Amino acid sequence: MAEHDSPEKTLRTYILVFVALLVLTFATVLVARINFGAMNDVVAMAIAVTKALLVILFFMHVRHSTRATKLTALAGFFWLALLIGITMLDFKALGKIMDVPLQGVEAPVPGK
Amino acid sequence: MASLADTHTPGAHGHSSLQHQFDTMEQQKESSTLGMWVFLVTEIMFFGGLFLAYVAYRTRYPEAFAAASHTLDVTMGAVNTAVLICSSLTMALAIWCAQTNRRKGIVLFLLLTILLGAVFLGVKAVEYADKFEHHHVPGASFQFHTEGGHTGAEDPNLAQHTQLFFSLYFVMTGLHATHMIIGIAILGFLAFYAWRGRYDREYHNPLEMTGLYWHFVDIVWIFLFPLLYLLGAHAS
Repeated sequence: MAEHDSPEKTLRTYILVFVALLVLTFATVLVARINFGAMNDVVAMAIAVTKALLVILFFMHVRHSTRATKLTALAGFFWLALLIGITMLDFKALGKIMDVPLQGVEAPVPGK
Repeated sequence: MASLADTHTPGAHGHSSLQHQFDTMEQQKESSTLGMWVFLVTEIMFFGGLFLAYVAYRTRYPEAFAAASHTLDVTMGAVNTAVLICSSLTMALAIWCAQTNRRKGIVLFLLLTILLGAVFLGVKAVEYADKFEHHHVPGASFQFHTEGGHTGAEDPNLAQHTQLFFSLYFVMTGLHATHMIIGIAILGFLAFYAWRGRYDREYHNPLEMTGLYWHFVDIVWIFLFPLLYLLGAHAS
């Protein structure tokens, strides 16, 4: 596990990851001021996923964990992707159904 | 939870904390880690349902979500993100101290982690109070005044639909805060046991497992911050 590296090296890694996470937090706030249109979410999520990966691999030591642990962690996020991905496919296709229980009479949002 | 089970090991001093069903300390640690990750996977799905609700409703009512998000304080959200990242570092350092047999270091960094967690919750309390003041809490007294940019041309029920955003805001940040409170309580127990000298280079599983939990809660916030606070940057 984490003991594969010397304590000094582990400490240096923690500090580097910590600085990277703070820089990325600052970056995501700054970048949000620029309007990329439809890409806004993609940019914000790309930064968030990078931060999450840094935490998972280094702070949570998954880098040095057993294969079973790596597979379990991966399966969790894979299932989350399935949950959101497949539901949204359905949601887009059957979007109009949403009008009925929520508001009764309502114009669909144009262009969506 | 594995971390709680481990702290109840009878006579947990150094090597004697190896429980009878394991051959080596390494095997015991790997089992705990795998078990904790299985728990975290259920947590991913727990929060995942809320993230799904957020994505679905935001896709349906993009205008209302942007307008509502615009009312959140980005500075407070960003400061809290930084506070949580600092707390993740102190948590990692507490485990590093255990790995290098620094007993006082473990206690110090656990207490720092608790302090940073409390700062996060304090900022959150200030934000919640602000929501109550502005009637942004979903329910009978909910009010949302659309600003100049939102004439409601595209969404006639915009003000009403912002309630969906605030509902999700309170449930998601509330569930996250609940996890923080539980985490702080566990860290308190760990700090006490660490001060008593229960953890050393050979045995510090409860620290490792609580660390996994704490970092996971940090990751949830890493996604909540841009989704809730930053999407309103180009509201009008």
